[in-house]
Amino acid sequence: MAVAVTKPFLRIVGATLISVAFAFSSYAAVLPEERADLLAHSYQGGGMDITGPSLLVRKNFLEKVSVSANYYIDNVSSASIDVLTSGASEYEEQRKEYSFSADYLYNKTTFSTGYTNSEESDYSAETIFFGVSQDFFGDLSTISLGYAQGDDLVSRNEYTDGALVGNTIIGTVKRQNYRLSFSQVITTNLIMGLGFETVTDQANREDDDISVLNNPYRSVRFRSAQSGTGYATQREFYPDTRTSDAVALRAMYYLPWRASVRAEYRFFTDTWGIEASNYELKMIHPIEDLVTIEGKYRYYEQTASTFYRDLFDEPNELNFRARDKEMSTFNNTTFGLGATLNLGKLLKWNAAEHELMLNFFVDHMMFSYDDFRDLTVHTSNPGAFNAGEEPLYEFDAQVYRLFLTYKY
Amino acid sequence: MKTFAKMLLASGVVLGLSGCAIDPWVKPYERQNLADPIMSFERDAIQTGYVHHVYQAREGARGAEGGGGGGCGCN
Repeated sequence: MAVAVTKPFLRIVGATLISVAFAFSSYAAVLPEERADLLAHSYQGGGMDITGPSLLVRKNFLEKVSVSANYYIDNVSSASIDVLTSGASEYEEQRKEYSFSADYLYNKTTFSTGYTNSEESDYSAETIFFGVSQDFFGDLSTISLGYAQGDDLVSRNEYTDGALVGNTIIGTVKRQNYRLSFSQVITTNLIMGLGFETVTDQANREDDDISVLNNPYRSVRFRSAQSGTGYATQREFYPDTRTSDAVALRAMYYLPWRASVRAEYRFFTDTWGIEASNYELKMIHPIEDLVTIEGKYRYYEQTASTFYRDLFDEPNELNFRARDKEMSTFNNTTFGLGATLNLGKLLKWNAAEHELMLNFFVDHMMFSYDDFRDLTVHTSNPGAFNAGEEPLYEFDAQVYRLFLTYKY
Repeated sequence: MKTFAKMLLASGVVLGLSGCAIDPWVKPYERQNLADPIMSFERDAIQTGYVHHVYQAREGARGAEGGGGGGCGCN
């Protein structure tokens, strides 16, 4: 029997390193610092366990050129609610990503370009990006423009008794990102940034009945009196296009003692009807150049897509159908703590030209869904709940980052 | 695309307005606090990228996660 699996964590590819590279470009007029970072990451929550390493190295040449390379792996072991309620068994998967970027500094202008490749068994993605950043007005202002284009090949795996037995291509996606950011020194202690980003997706289906922009393993459910649970399922079906706009306002303030506060607000909207916003407050506090402590609070909320339903009344009720919990109405509250230990100083090893740091960060995330119900009760407690009356789903997750930084 | 055109127009306006000013009100010798690494919007690219990845995978929103600038060209 072929079983369906879901891999929501792996659906986002390419954009991550591109956004990091673009963030570098906004420093303009000064090349990013040379450093090497070796990271171990871990995400645990909602039945998912995702771990892996990441290595990022940056090297500058002639004070004009900066190049960086990153290698990143996700090792996934998942028994998420989507997997459990689809009738599948726990699965394991791996995603590998590598990227390269280069910056060229000319007077007060930085030109940037980069490439990212991400591979997993049923999703392949390539992304290229270009950016330009300009300092002006006495270096108090920086404006950055960026463009990225991604080409994804999407397929669906078939499994028998947990073993991969086949793979079917279901389509391609062309993704384009347009970015504009502006940062401004306001006072001797305050800097602010404003960023915009528009993203467009254009999918091309191999099969008219199978859409591409959704997770191909997920289903919607609709009322069915014939079923013991009160519902039956059918395949999700998403539009072939999506355009989204996001705007973010950020500020950093240097406190009267050596510490800083970072505040952020972001608003998001897209053509699928989702509106989202998030707020974040972070404080960074060094202690005698030996340890830097960081605390964070973040709140995220969104509305559901117009074609999302936890339970449809009948099959094919809408032209487009979704029951992906990332498309529902929910909120996420995150508390984070982190510490950076100046290991070189502790070992009396630091010199003017190099530093060694040990960093540890942990985030606790709490997801609470308003219209996505927990269908595992039909397995754990059969007959106790009618369709549409199951308890709402919620889960917590912990995100760990342990990394070593060498600046040279 | 309309949105991007508006973004380009807005950036032109910002550049134009900024070009009118002549003398920066924060002098280079007044920027020691801004140049402190703790004033960088994103201190560690390797973990920033990873955290953005986590948010993008778990939330419907995407875009405008970048640092949006930082530092002050003080070096």
